[in-house]
Amino acid sequence: MKLALFADIHSNLEAITACLAHAHVLGADRYAFLGDLVGYGADPVQVLDLIEEYATKGAVVVLGNHDAAALGREDGSLNANAQAALMWTRAQLGARQREFLRSLPLSVRDDNMLFVHASAAAPAEWIYVTGQSEAARSIEASHANYVFCGHVHEQNLYYAGADGRPVAFRPVPGTPIPTGSHRQWLAIVGSAGQPRDQDRRACYAFADLARERLTFFRVPYDHASAAQKIRSAGLPERVARRLERGS
Amino acid sequence: MTTSLGPGSEIDGFRLGELLHTGSMAAIYRLTGPDGPLPLIMKIPRLGPAERAINVIAFEVCRMVLGALAQSPHHPTLVAFGDVETMPYLVMEYVEGTRLDDRVPHAPLPPDEVARLGSALALGLHEIHRQGALHLDLKPTNVLYRPSGEAVLIDFGLARHGHYPDLLEEEFRTPIGNWVYLAPEQIVGVRCDPRSDIFALGAILYHLATGRFPFGKPSRMAELRRRLYRDPLPPRALGAETPGWLQEIILHCLEVDARDRYASAAAVAFDLANPAQVAITERGLRDRRTGAATLFRRWLEARKFEPAPCPPVAVPTQPAPIVLVAIAPGPPDESAFAALRDAARRVTEVDHACRVACVTVVPPAAGLSGERYEETPTGRHIAQLVNLRRFARPLELPEERLTYHVLESDKPAAALIDYAKMNEVDQILLGAPRSGRPMRLLTGVAAQVVAEAQCTVSVVRPRPQQ
Repeated sequence: MKLALFADIHSNLEAITACLAHAHVLGADRYAFLGDLVGYGADPVQVLDLIEEYATKGAVVVLGNHDAAALGREDGSLNANAQAALMWTRAQLGARQREFLRSLPLSVRDDNMLFVHASAAAPAEWIYVTGQSEAARSIEASHANYVFCGHVHEQNLYYAGADGRPVAFRPVPGTPIPTGSHRQWLAIVGSAGQPRDQDRRACYAFADLARERLTFFRVPYDHASAAQKIRSAGLPERVARRLERGS
Repeated sequence: MTTSLGPGSEIDGFRLGELLHTGSMAAIYRLTGPDGPLPLIMKIPRLGPAERAINVIAFEVCRMVLGALAQSPHHPTLVAFGDVETMPYLVMEYVEGTRLDDRVPHAPLPPDEVARLGSALALGLHEIHRQGALHLDLKPTNVLYRPSGEAVLIDFGLARHGHYPDLLEEEFRTPIGNWVYLAPEQIVGVRCDPRSDIFALGAILYHLATGRFPFGKPSRMAELRRRLYRDPLPPRALGAETPGWLQEIILHCLEVDARDRYASAAAVAFDLANPAQVAITERGLRDRRTGAATLFRRWLEARKFEPAPCPPVAVPTQPAPIVLVAIAPGPPDESAFAALRDAARRVTEVDHACRVACVTVVPPAAGLSGERYEETPTGRHIAQLVNLRRFARPLELPEERLTYHVLESDKPAAALIDYAKMNEVDQILLGAPRSGRPMRLLTGVAAQVVAEAQCTVSVVRPRPQQ
């Protein structure tokens, strides 16, 4: 079984399409979308319809904070640009897209894997897993060998050592990492639709479950079109520039 | 788990033969089947409630790092492995060769043997580093020599590869690895510096040259920490007949601060292979340890020991590259010299760690029959060295970044290519063949070097006179 994992897609149709095509070539047969499907980008309807199609074929999809905010569940933590984009996004969504978002759970458990947008310790609180202690709490609460999540936009892999304290590792794109199920792992798959680490390429991760290997990828995509659409929609300039600079 | 296994047992189609080794961490068997092109061994970690936790992690690390390394003569090839939860094992190439450990009881060894063993080991280590891995447990029991003389590093259980999570980081309270050879930064838990392996290499060289351990055999943490401030007794002070160049190399490897050590194992190999070229400093000549006042200051500093920052994971690039400048023998050609110097400067000014080897190739001395001094082998050799130094002086590089070599061969291109390969040269600069006419095709030495050298080659042509 080969599982492709995407997070923080943020209505970026060009990015998610490029990542899906990449995963398809590698023989992905399962898919997980780890929240923040919308927000910032210019294609919320097309992105949600695409992901819903995967969901009907069995893909795992969980809710992110931007998705919740798009449903009108207020989130005071969003910045002005995100707020502006959300107001616009709400106006775009039809009944079908809202219904799909409403159907999404905060987390999904499948065998020894847990899928969640932010921290498994408190999925609705949108805690950023940015260090050892947050990773430890998420891993502990998950009761799973693998926690797959997003929310933080940079790719990172935490693995629990013998004394239980997780150690962070910044993965090297394209290098398969042996991730034995006798350990506990927390993978932040990275943002597909809005990378912020000075690298424009979209992030996603690919898990070969039978061989217990996890590979983080960076995929180039048509960021210029995605940025142009953001400008054409009248969304904040800063959001378009982010895609062009990867920052 | 290992108790029920023995010669004749079969695991996943592999048939166990003779038990070669059994230690605290693993048992190693020869395999008698299936038949294949490569003689094989199986390493089975000792796992179980009574065994140490490090055994299973060392197994995972070994599998990960060996699996990541591209095939090379300097590490055993990983053939197969078993699942860590059901039946962990590693099937690897059986390396036919002699163990460095077998030479240790004969120490002190003659300097030329120390240099030969050490330089082969350093080249092997460099290959591992070049591929982004660190061994971090270098000791004589982990080094074999193939009949060809090439060194093979074995047991990657404590190793690390920059592309993979370090399963051993922050895992253990006491420093892991053999305390005799452990680098100062490893004592405080740093596991990301290739220069830690260079320190261990220096400790091995010290042991081979003197018959003694540079820092004794510590058994307590306080004794282990002593190497953060206490320098080893210089080999010359031990009465061993260690020449200055060898002491210089050994103590250069054993510097406390990683930044003061050799920047790469290739540079150590180079110096061991070219003793006459080693710039001997105070380090190579000292015959006593530092005095009480310096020692006290160092002891104070060591209490808040800050290890050097780790160099970035250097995968395709390598630190301290070596540039070979090939100089034509015979009367100096000033315009060719100037062009080669410009090319050399462009490299040395950008990379302050890079070293320049000035090389010339002359016909074998047997052909000399002259009466005059310059026509005798020694006279000619000195004349060539003078020529090389004349070339290099205007580069204004410090002595330790320059070396001079007069090679004897009647096949100059082959000699340069071999030299570059043996010394891990990264780039060759050579002058374009002298000719009055513009050339359509590169001919002679330059053509062969360009075609056959395994590194970058630049053919440098002087600008035409205005």
